Amino acid sequence: MARYGMVIDTHRCVGCHSCVISCFMENSVPEGYKRDWIVEVVSGEFPNFRSEIRSERCNHCDNPPCVFVCPCGASYVEEGTGTVLVHNEKCTGCKACIAACPYDARFINPAGFADKCTFCDHRVKDGLLPGCATTCPTKAINFGDLDQPGSHLHKLMHDRSVKSLKPSAGTGPNVYYLL
Amino acid sequence: MTNGINRRQFIRLAGFGAAGAGLAYSGLNPWGLSAHADLTHTGSGVREIPTFCELCFWKCGVIAKVKDGRIIKLEGHPGHPLSNGRLCPRGNGGTGLTYDKDRLRQPLIRAKKRGEDVFREVTWDDALDHIAEKMIYIRDEWSADCFALFNHGYGATFIKHLIKAYGSHSIAAPSYAQCRGPREVGFDLTFGEEVLSPERTDIVNTRMLVLIGSHLGENMHNTQVQEFADAISNGAKLVVVDPRHSVAAGKADWYLPIKPATDIALLLAWMNVIINEDLYDKEYVDKYTVGFEQLVQHVKSYSPEKVWTITGIKPELIRRTAREMGHQKPAVLIHPGRHVTWYGDDTQRSRAIAILNALLGSWGRKGGFFYPGELDVPKPETPPYPKPSFDRVDLQIKNYPLAYNTLASGLCDATFPAPQTNCQLKAWFVYGTNLVHSLPKPQQTMEAMQHLKFLVVSDVLPMEIVGWADVVLPDATYLERYDDLHVGRFREPFVALRQPVIEPMYDTRPPWWVAKELAKRLNLDSYFPWDNIEQYLDNRLATVGLKLSDLKRDGVKVFPRQPLYFEDGIQPEFFTNSGKIELYSSSLAAHGYDPIPVYTEHGEPPQGYYRLLFGRAPVHTFGRTTNNPVLNRVIDSNEVWVNRRVAEEWSLENGGDVILKNQDGVESSPVRIKVTERIRSDCVYMVHGFGHKAKRLTNKKGANDSDLITRYNTDPIMGGTGMNVNFVTFVT
Amino acid sequence: MIEVTNYRDNPLIDPHLEIWEWQISVYLFLGGLVAGLMILNGLWRIRDREHETKAITNSAVLWAPVLISLGMFCLWLDLVNKLNVYRFYMTFQIKSPMSWGSWILFLVYPAQILAVAVAKGSDVFGGVLKGLNPLLQILKSITNGREKQIAWLNVVLGVMLGIYTGILLSATAARPLWNTALLGPLFLVSGLSTATAWNMLSRPTKIEHSSLAKWDFSLIITEMFLLLLILIGFLSGTEGHQSAGMLLLGGGFTAVFWIFVIILGLLFPLWLELREMRGHSTPAWVAPALVLLGGLALRFVMVQAGQVSHLPDTELLFGAVGH
Ligand SMILES: Nc1nc2c(c(=O)[nH]1)N[C@H]1C(S)=C(S)[C@@H](COP(=O)(O)OP(=O)(O)OC[C@H]3O[C@@H](n4cnc5c(=O)[nH]c(N)nc54)[C@H](O)[C@@H]3O)O[C@H]1N2
Ligand SMILES: Nc1nc2c(c(=O)[nH]1)N[C@H]1C(S)=C(S)[C@@H](COP(=O)(O)OP(=O)(O)OC[C@H]3O[C@@H](n4cnc5c(=O)[nH]c(N)nc54)[C@H](O)[C@@H]3O)O[C@H]1N2
Ligand code: SF4
Ligand code: SF4
Ligand code: SF4
Ligand code: SF4
Ligand code: SF4
Ligand SMILES: [Mo]
Repeated sequence: MARYGMVIDTHRCVGCHSCVISCFMENSVPEGYKRDWIVEVVSGEFPNFRSEIRSERCNHCDNPPCVFVCPCGASYVEEGTGTVLVHNEKCTGCKACIAACPYDARFINPAGFADKCTFCDHRVKDGLLPGCATTCPTKAINFGDLDQPGSHLHKLMHDRSVKSLKPSAGTGPNVYYLL
Repeated sequence: MTNGINRRQFIRLAGFGAAGAGLAYSGLNPWGLSAHADLTHTGSGVREIPTFCELCFWKCGVIAKVKDGRIIKLEGHPGHPLSNGRLCPRGNGGTGLTYDKDRLRQPLIRAKKRGEDVFREVTWDDALDHIAEKMIYIRDEWSADCFALFNHGYGATFIKHLIKAYGSHSIAAPSYAQCRGPREVGFDLTFGEEVLSPERTDIVNTRMLVLIGSHLGENMHNTQVQEFADAISNGAKLVVVDPRHSVAAGKADWYLPIKPATDIALLLAWMNVIINEDLYDKEYVDKYTVGFEQLVQHVKSYSPEKVWTITGIKPELIRRTAREMGHQKPAVLIHPGRHVTWYGDDTQRSRAIAILNALLGSWGRKGGFFYPGELDVPKPETPPYPKPSFDRVDLQIKNYPLAYNTLASGLCDATFPAPQTNCQLKAWFVYGTNLVHSLPKPQQTMEAMQHLKFLVVSDVLPMEIVGWADVVLPDATYLERYDDLHVGRFREPFVALRQPVIEPMYDTRPPWWVAKELAKRLNLDSYFPWDNIEQYLDNRLATVGLKLSDLKRDGVKVFPRQPLYFEDGIQPEFFTNSGKIELYSSSLAAHGYDPIPVYTEHGEPPQGYYRLLFGRAPVHTFGRTTNNPVLNRVIDSNEVWVNRRVAEEWSLENGGDVILKNQDGVESSPVRIKVTERIRSDCVYMVHGFGHKAKRLTNKKGANDSDLITRYNTDPIMGGTGMNVNFVTFVT
Repeated sequence: MIEVTNYRDNPLIDPHLEIWEWQISVYLFLGGLVAGLMILNGLWRIRDREHETKAITNSAVLWAPVLISLGMFCLWLDLVNKLNVYRFYMTFQIKSPMSWGSWILFLVYPAQILAVAVAKGSDVFGGVLKGLNPLLQILKSITNGREKQIAWLNVVLGVMLGIYTGILLSATAARPLWNTALLGPLFLVSGLSTATAWNMLSRPTKIEHSSLAKWDFSLIITEMFLLLLILIGFLSGTEGHQSAGMLLLGGGFTAVFWIFVIILGLLFPLWLELREMRGHSTPAWVAPALVLLGGLALRFVMVQAGQVSHLPDTELLFGAVGH
């Protein structure tokens, strides 16, 4: 049993969008849509700013409201990996999952189903890293099994302060950000 | 090899190279492609073909995934030292260029007046016959040197070779006088060697990185950004000096929001503190440098207090950062920048950077500047090029004694009729450079082109420059062609292959073929002693014991690492007049320039005007990618950064559009406003490359900074065109 | 200052959700209305007052299956993959309100048919539908004597349906405006109120009309009370709830909410009904028409404003939450 997750280093990330563009190509993301995206936050008064750049995507939550609300069983949590996925062929496009996701991580693929980051399950099954993690020039994106004690993800999280997004939503995100 | 520096380097290179190559061949320490079984795997009908990127000039290794004759994805080559398995956003979106529906598809010959952008389609034979005829005509009527080649990019190698064989030495790229020329001259004057590309900066090992303008993270040269992130994780101290709070500034320990054009003063103040507080590397300075005494005298007057009034950087901050440099030396890297043509005194600013590095002992030291690996991969013997019939054509109008490379701007100037010139340029061959966008004063470039007897342009897209051509050659893109080998010099030397991953689309042809075909028509066959490119490459690879088939499979061959630093065996040797690091430059003194950099004031923007600064967006390269449909899914336009207070004064709304007008009344296209506190109130900023006007390009969004650059300051030492000297206001 | 740049820009998602439009609002409105009709009809029947409630127990009952079909048609229109609609009935997802909803809707039909069957008189269908009367007779014979059970069934399913229309939204913690436990009761009460109004428009007798008006009067009061509680809840809630509340109290939806929902949909009919109770005469259709309009407006405002409301971004700016 694994619980796949990401630990993304905001110190390393430069907001270059390599992850976003490689995801387009890897997953044939439809024109106009993004499965992952960049958020840049800068605060402070000139010239003393704090800034944070994040590469965001579906958090493959432990407690995924998108899966709970799906009336058709189209959204599901994959056994053994914890990855949240969609059976395209079961999806009616009712959009309940989109409404339910606090991160706005989903969208409707023009082909008629709810779409989002899959943690590149097709690559991971082949023993490869997700497309975005593979190409990121700064190696900001670390992917792996959060349940594996002593893994590089644990080490990263142990050495630095870390946060996940919108913890108050109670979704139990599996994408963490190193601060 | 028109100048001493390059010759010296060549000698060194050749010597090391032979040894290096031998070592490599016997030692065989490649990165082990065989272990990467994926490379040749053909499962699910996907073929993986290695090549290297040309979305910018860094040349990262790429693995193209091809299915049913279509490229479905580009990935970083895991064994290529410049990509390490990763690609920048542009490299990831490279298919957007090859599959751009706006691509040039067929050779064209001008049908109406020059510049009206009206053409008729012709065959390659027609086009090449026409070019050869004109080349002969120009050489016979005037001189081969009156036929200039402007080029940029790796595709130009064989075209350069052809033009040299034809007898012209008027060959220039905008990457010198408009980009890194002053840096190379400044460093060469100081250390006797250039910084080169890829830069020999040891970012990954540095303890302290000082970025002066260099906006790493937006400037996306892959390996540099990879190392930049490593340096941050390693806890290296980071200082960013920039009037704009850049991405890099967001990561800095100290952000110095300097007043534009005052960096030399800051650099001198740092030297002042470092010398006064005995923070410099004494042993290194004693052993390797000359002119320390003069430098001590010189920087005395640049106290942090005085420099505060010039730069706006508080004295405590200047001292604090200088002390940190002293503390971290010699693993301190004052980054030399790359696009350094800012104010016309850029060689001097680069000198100041070089001197500061010398004081800290970082040249030739771990965490400073390393000595790139060397490798000689000789080209096939060809007859010597004809001797030039004139001195440098680019220096006729005005001579710049230390312009080691040809000035693109100088060639443009030499195209205007002028009584004192002995060779007015009559024809241009333009390969892969959109001169209307990349030279300052575009109006002048366009006027120059009206004086030409003949203009050929090779491009992949119907860019502005294409509209001016008499003959247009539609180039195959980097994914559709072979080019010459890339003999790379980084920490390890390497040889990389560019090979077609798909057949050329449309009626396009690779530049090696164009060059060879033209050579045939010009009776220059002896310069192309090979039947086809594969044979050429195979022969050339044989000189280092490799076969083309190896490289077709592996994409790159990395040779063993050689010593990088003085501490691991590099002999400190400086190819300057004195044979030492010249803190005081004897060459500059001899030519009547300041031997040690002096801060001079630059004009202030008039009331209601703001200095126009420009830079890079991570997902685009100049104007060459702004039509790329893949990259445009992320960013398809630039925006002008305006300080919040200034925006309030002018009632500019964030996200609204505004037209900029410069000091000479030139107006930009409307451009989106980014109201932000992240920039000083005396300047505005935009990304270069947007705002195309060529009628057959799909994306014309945004504003073109080049249009607003109607003035520039020429570097008196090497002829670089300082372009950050224009002021703009808002049309409301 | 804080400058946030989000480069996502996905259609229908950014700058805020726009996934649900009129189809969902109309569906929720009709669902509520039908729920109300089922409950009212059932209650009246349980209380054995058929003789004085012809409109309620006879005419209105017939409308329920028609209206709910219309509502489901709207829901179907909203589906992106319309051919996959059968997927709702290939599974039951216990945690999904929408799954509950689709099964409730599935059960509601037979209950409504039975309710029609037990409606007094064999002249229920007229015109082209006359042919259905024999069928009805058969059903009548089966249901004979089970009127009360059927009435209860309708009440129970009606309550479930009414509450469900609210739960559908309130289960999404991601949208603070929807995320209130009172949304179910609110939609239920509003559904009852619109059903009452519908009955008032179904040519009731005089006695019927005045008891309906009284009934509606108290429903409107209850609805206003619930709205007040919800707004107070928002203002005293989390940052997300506060800003959601502000959408209705000074933000983008304030005008529509106050004019169409509060004034035209609640206060004005309340006043009219009060006048009527005091014996003043006003055209009988005005108040119920306004109530129906208000009910529809409430669904529109809640669906649209809810999509604008979002969890605060501020909590995730810089603070670390773990180590
Ligand atoms: N994504 C991407 N990356 C690229 C390129 C590209 O087109 N796209 N081009 C490549 C090439 S060829 C080059 S030459 C490099 C150029 O990249 P750099 O060498 O980094 O270019 P600069 O001109 O130094 O960078 C502009 C920065 O300098 C700041 N600046 C402007 N004026 C001043 C000043 O007076 N003082 C100081 N201290 N800072 C100032 C600006 O605010 C801006 O942040 O980028 C390379 N990398
Ligand atoms: N205003 C302003 N001017 C600048 C700069 C700036 O920041 N602002 N930056 C300066 C710097 S640092 C540099 S290095 C120069 C860069 O200047 P250039 O190299 O001229 O850059 P681009 O304008 O992108 O022009 C590249 C051209 O090559 C074409 N091209 C792309 N791929 C191929 C190919 O495979 N084959 C052929 N034949 N053509 C191809 C593109 O379509 C485009 O027309 O500009 C300099 N000029
Ligand atoms: S590729 Fe890496 S550095 Fe670039 S934006 Fe994505 S996470 Fe950040
Ligand atoms: S981030 Fe959104 S879509 Fe992804 S699992 Fe969590 S709730 Fe579902
Ligand atoms: S849109 Fe598809 S995946 Fe999402 S809730 Fe509806 S049926 Fe499930
Ligand atoms: S894991 Fe795969 S699907 Fe998810 S953002 Fe990265 S590349 Fe896209
Ligand atoms: S830095 Fe980017 S665009 Fe330039 S060669 Fe490398 S991958 Fe290509
Ligand atoms: Mo450049």
